[in-house]
Amino acid sequence: MDNSVRKVYADNAATTAVSEEVLNAMLPFFRENYGNPSSLYSLGQQAKAPLEQARATVAQCLGAKPNEIYFTSCGSESDNWAIKGAARAQRSKQGKTHIITSAFEHHAVLHTCQALEREGFTVTYLPVHEDGLVRPQELEAAITDSTALVTIMYANNEIGTIQPVPELAAICKERGVLFHTDAVQAIGNVPIDVKAQNIDMLSLSGHKIHAPKGVGALYIRSGVSIETFLDGGAQERGRRAGTENVAEIVGLATAMKIAAGTVEERIARLTPMRDKLIEGILKIERSRLNGSKEHRLPGNVSFCFQGVEGESLLLLLDMYGISASSGSACTSGSLDPSHVLLSIGLPHEVAHGSLRLSFGDYNTMEDVDYILEVLPKIIGRLRNMSPLWDAIRTGKVNYDEYM
Amino acid sequence: MAYSEKVMEHFANPRNVGEMQDYSGVGEVGNPKCGDIMRMYIKVEGDIITDVSFMTFGCGAAIATSSMATELIKGKTIGEALKLTNKAVMEALDGLPPVKVHCSVLAEQAIKAAVSDYYTRQGIDPTPIVGSIPECEECGCGL
Repeated sequence: MDNSVRKVYADNAATTAVSEEVLNAMLPFFRENYGNPSSLYSLGQQAKAPLEQARATVAQCLGAKPNEIYFTSCGSESDNWAIKGAARAQRSKQGKTHIITSAFEHHAVLHTCQALEREGFTVTYLPVHEDGLVRPQELEAAITDSTALVTIMYANNEIGTIQPVPELAAICKERGVLFHTDAVQAIGNVPIDVKAQNIDMLSLSGHKIHAPKGVGALYIRSGVSIETFLDGGAQERGRRAGTENVAEIVGLATAMKIAAGTVEERIARLTPMRDKLIEGILKIERSRLNGSKEHRLPGNVSFCFQGVEGESLLLLLDMYGISASSGSACTSGSLDPSHVLLSIGLPHEVAHGSLRLSFGDYNTMEDVDYILEVLPKIIGRLRNMSPLWDAIRTGKVNYDEYM
Repeated sequence: MAYSEKVMEHFANPRNVGEMQDYSGVGEVGNPKCGDIMRMYIKVEGDIITDVSFMTFGCGAAIATSSMATELIKGKTIGEALKLTNKAVMEALDGLPPVKVHCSVLAEQAIKAAVSDYYTRQGIDPTPIVGSIPECEECGCGL
């Protein structure tokens, strides 16, 4: 790699760098305050107090109470615990065996729901339509007397659409059904208040908000029945055993405080960058924006380009120093393009040419300009050697109905 | 998934890329649904493939295997080109990740498809010489 090439990290939906504030907050817990929070002596208590402070901070950021916050190892663990734990508790206590989710959830939710199907649960996968949004009336119609749980992501990781969570959760509350949301992508980008928004359980992850990988949290409203996730010691109120990852939990709380405390500023800063990028990319012939433009994360730009394949697009962008991602089959190692792109009605032929650019706190308008300088050249280069583009250009095939 | 340096080099600087006007045969394999299409052009003089070029829609491995395959058959006889296996293309690229093996199969098939077209244009039935070219045998997409 040529080191003189400008570097643009445009994959903040995949992960983020640990911020300096977070790193500094964590450092004392590796070599000085390394005690086990369960230990009675002062070194242990020196770790216990920051752990509980972190819990209070995360709770405050979500509008929850400290005893409703459980630390986990990642967003996927939080999703697994919330869905399996609550669904099984509902089945054993009330005989409810129906779950409602959406068609384009993260695999941490979808595969968990599929695992429950193998246990005898039935799952309804709500459509997300061309704009990538769940319709509240369709949720309402899907709820039955047997519905144990509704789990719908706050914001989609690929196409960035923000679901009407307060509306969906209010329906669930009225119908007496638990509502869980995977808010991994939404934290810091959407104002969240679990009480005001009637959310019963919420999953979040540290590494999407400048905390390290390996730490997450699950909010469980007090009163929600849920099975224990890890049997063992009394950590996390006896529901999730294992010595607490104190340093990273402190890092997560520090990151949460910054992320949740600056939502409005982030929206104000990222939205013009996103919109300039969208406008610029739309000038590329036969390109399409995936998902609603209006109900969209401030840093998410997701496109499909006819006649090019996503992986080769990413490799060329990388040569220009730009890190991005794609829902192309070739990048996933499977035969099919991402279920998210298929769920909004795109055919394989169009979904293969997808590109996601996601901005965060370290991106600038100069990054947008650089991407807009590089991307059209790369698309042109790939199209010039593409027999599919040749067929599109000469009218032998046509995908314009999806544009 | 990591590509070898050779794959990346061929991807970044593909050899013999582009449309050919005065070709003797052209073949296209793959399909847009699976996400890769290879089109191979050959120019034949006597029994020798004097020129070859490709156009590919697909991933990095698809572009690199196309490029390498053209290099391996340029200047060779048709008989030699038909003996080129996907394994030889992979070896010349210092290997491919397991999920990308099908790209090398496509490259082998693209050559066969181009040669078949050449024979057909000559009024010769290609099937006894080239054999049949199974479509999409690796990916099983049902097309």
